Amino acid sequence: MTDVQSLLNVTARDMPPSGIRRFFDIAAEMDDVISLSVGEPDFPTPWHVRDVAIDSLRKGHTGYSPNRGFTALCREICTYCARRFDLHYDYRTDVVVTVGGSEAIDLTVRALVNPGDEVLVPQPSFVCYAPIAKMAGAKAVPIVTRREDEFRLNPDVLRQHITDRTKLLILPFPNNPTGAVMRREHLEAIAEVLRGTDVMVLSDEIYAELTYNGVPHVSVASIEGMKDRTVVVGGFSKSYAMTGWRLGYALGSAPVISVMTKIHQYAIMCAPTTSQYAAIEALRTGDADIKAMREEYDLRRRLIVRGFRELGFDCFEPEGAFYVFPCIAHTGMTSEAFCQKLLERQHVAVVPGNAFGDCGEGFIRVSYAYSTRHIEEALRRIRLFLKEEGLMDEDTSQRED
Amino acid sequence: MDKILAVLKDNPRLTNAQIAAMVGQSEEAVGEAIAAYERDGVICGYKTVIDWEKLEQTEKVTAIIELKVTPRRDTGFEKIAEEIMSFDEVESVSLMSGGYDFSVGVTGHTFKEVALFVANRLALIPSVISTQTTFILKRYKQAGIILSPVNTDERGADIL
Repeated sequence: MTDVQSLLNVTARDMPPSGIRRFFDIAAEMDDVISLSVGEPDFPTPWHVRDVAIDSLRKGHTGYSPNRGFTALCREICTYCARRFDLHYDYRTDVVVTVGGSEAIDLTVRALVNPGDEVLVPQPSFVCYAPIAKMAGAKAVPIVTRREDEFRLNPDVLRQHITDRTKLLILPFPNNPTGAVMRREHLEAIAEVLRGTDVMVLSDEIYAELTYNGVPHVSVASIEGMKDRTVVVGGFSKSYAMTGWRLGYALGSAPVISVMTKIHQYAIMCAPTTSQYAAIEALRTGDADIKAMREEYDLRRRLIVRGFRELGFDCFEPEGAFYVFPCIAHTGMTSEAFCQKLLERQHVAVVPGNAFGDCGEGFIRVSYAYSTRHIEEALRRIRLFLKEEGLMDEDTSQRED
Repeated sequence: MDKILAVLKDNPRLTNAQIAAMVGQSEEAVGEAIAAYERDGVICGYKTVIDWEKLEQTEKVTAIIELKVTPRRDTGFEKIAEEIMSFDEVESVSLMSGGYDFSVGVTGHTFKEVALFVANRLALIPSVISTQTTFILKRYKQAGIILSPVNTDERGADIL
């Protein structure tokens, strides 16, 4: 019999699976689980956007699109990014429409790195960067972002990690899982470190529309001298609640986008046509939808931060995305133990912080892409859990259960 | 819409402290704002949406009555509306455009009880010309709340 195991690609075979599979399996066995674990909007895609997609199907627009995406969509993406983020790109050469932001990340890495190159990955962050870098033969080098820096990338720490082999810096802000954002002054400091080096930047701005406290998103590509060395990754999933449509894009200088489009053409052909029709409508008329969802997330964000602080957690106030990242170190448990016990005892599912990099140990990621009632119930159960564990004095409980 | 009202309209059981955190104001300011809304009649009350069908022992029927009336010379529809809404059996009264004048929600324990209330009370109000009673058989959504929500949370991607 053929030993298929031994025939697998070694890098892919030895890659660890996503760290939270186990929790989802346990949670799936329970019927009254309150989950705050999912990283996608709880809203459906706005109806007018769905309607345009349905109409395109009725009319029989069911073929491929051009490899880089419909010209009308490329044009709308560039118009939107100019309008919202002061980013100026040529729709004919500087944009490729992808299967979600995820494909755009993969394309960027594959277009830029050579075997042996180093890719700098600030952590805690979304789980895909290091595996994608490894598949491309590069070495992923984590950079720790710290609570005391409000989980921003510290320019001095960045400088210490740059070597002759450094090819690419990932900038995952607004950040999943911490909710950290890099404001203009922080990006200026990063740009200052990068000037005079050949380090390219992949700026994952999938949460660009979800920032709070009146802090509008700033793209690193809009910082002086950064545009040519940056690939901006954006998408429709988080801003327009379109995760299932699998549609994103990358913006960058023509030579990079051209190589990315080539890989995209061989691997994928083109992004889903129906989704592209929907995306054109979203970009043209979806501003009010974004605003309504952002306002709703903001209410929940404030509620959940207050809730965790009231329960005695050190909870960083996130300024972006839809997660809080409270510290659980004072409980004396590891992140995994905390999550497992909380799930077993009170049937509440949250994600251990170390799923987002070793430095996430001591934290948990809690999504607030859930209704207020759902969040309240979860907080109530977490309170009971802490009491059971003897981690909460009666006098710190200010409210009746 | 004022943020406090936007929160309160869907979540009336939140504490003032929670609402204060959500809208970024002090607890006192929220308390005062709500008191002012109540005083000015902007907030008219707080009700609980109950699906009575889930409680088998409780029989409750509701009918929507379409009333045609002759408006009175001096007071128009107002006095008639006042008279209709004075009954405890009446849950809602609205003036309508179109084919009839008032839509009246009436509840009772049995179909017969509601039908008799319409015949013996509403129909006898001077200026009521005609009534048409239609009973509610099943409620699916009320006050913006789906009564038997199917769990549609299909979100399960484990890639985070």
